[in-house]
Amino acid sequence: MMEARLFALQRLTAMLMGPFVIVHLLVILYAVRGGLSAEEILARTTSSVIWPLFYMLFVVAAAIHGPIGIRNVLREWSPLPLHVGNWIAALFAAVLLVLGLRAVWAISGWAG
Amino acid sequence: MSTTAETEKTIWVHIWRGKDEGRHVSYEVPARENQTVLDLVTEVQRYHEPALAYRFACRVGVCGSCAMTVNGRPRWTCRTHVKRVVEGGEITIEPLRNMPRIKDLACDMGEFFDKWQKAGGKFKGKATRREPPMAVDPESRERKNADAGIECINCGVCYAACDVVAWNKDYLGPAALNRAWTLLNDERHADHAGLLEMATSEGGCASCHTQGNCMTHCPVGISPTRSIAGIKKMSLVDLLRGRAR
Repeated sequence: MMEARLFALQRLTAMLMGPFVIVHLLVILYAVRGGLSAEEILARTTSSVIWPLFYMLFVVAAAIHGPIGIRNVLREWSPLPLHVGNWIAALFAAVLLVLGLRAVWAISGWAG
Repeated sequence: MSTTAETEKTIWVHIWRGKDEGRHVSYEVPARENQTVLDLVTEVQRYHEPALAYRFACRVGVCGSCAMTVNGRPRWTCRTHVKRVVEGGEITIEPLRNMPRIKDLACDMGEFFDKWQKAGGKFKGKATRREPPMAVDPESRERKNADAGIECINCGVCYAACDVVAWNKDYLGPAALNRAWTLLNDERHADHAGLLEMATSEGGCASCHTQGNCMTHCPVGISPTRSIAGIKKMSLVDLLRGRAR
């Protein structure tokens, strides 16, 4: 059941991230028209609740999706036993989650 | 009307002799009309190399015994005409890939069939023989799905063609998962939940990379790729509906 669940989670997060990536890229295209500066980005992200939430969801989806793929690659291409691959993938997930959420926190302005 | 040696057309057949350690041995055999690759092998065994080991039974594409690697591709040799695969008057014949070799062209299909059981390929009926046969609507989506995969002859060609099987020994393979898919669509089968769990567990359908080699090489035109995609979809829907434990 574990395999089926991981498979489902990876597909579902992919379905989320597809549109997220498109929105992310479109916003970049739109935003750079007037020249891009850190102030400009922060002005936009700190004045909104939606953008930090959007990126928070994005980070969580990526932290689930990527490590499952890494686990599969390790299982198929490396001689490591499965439980080692599981731990590496879990560690990778934790790193993505912490770094990602830290970045979201930094642009959110929620710290005051 | 006799054919002289000068005018007789021949084919050079290069056959793998030995087990894992071995070599290709070349034989010159007469080219005939409507000759199959299995005919070539039989010709070699009858007239050149009586100790040549190979496997066949029905010779008409029903039993699935005679699959071999012909010019690098897995094929059912009894229904493969020489003129379709001959390259410059030569043909190379080797045992199937992804299976332990026994001798010459024969390989051990035990693991291949064990995986059918591991994928849940054994039918468990809901009814006993004392009950009337269940009426199955041939037009239902489930029955059409089952029909699309049901003609498998267990030849092992898809298993030999699959690169995922080559690099992942635990992968159940296209044939076993195709069998699981036909049973998942069989309304007479008693344990769909258990079967789905077996087909989606470690080495199951999630390991498939949708490369489609099985579909390309299947001699009877089945698409195990489609069947495996069907199991993936079914398992996803099943999880979303919360039926899974």
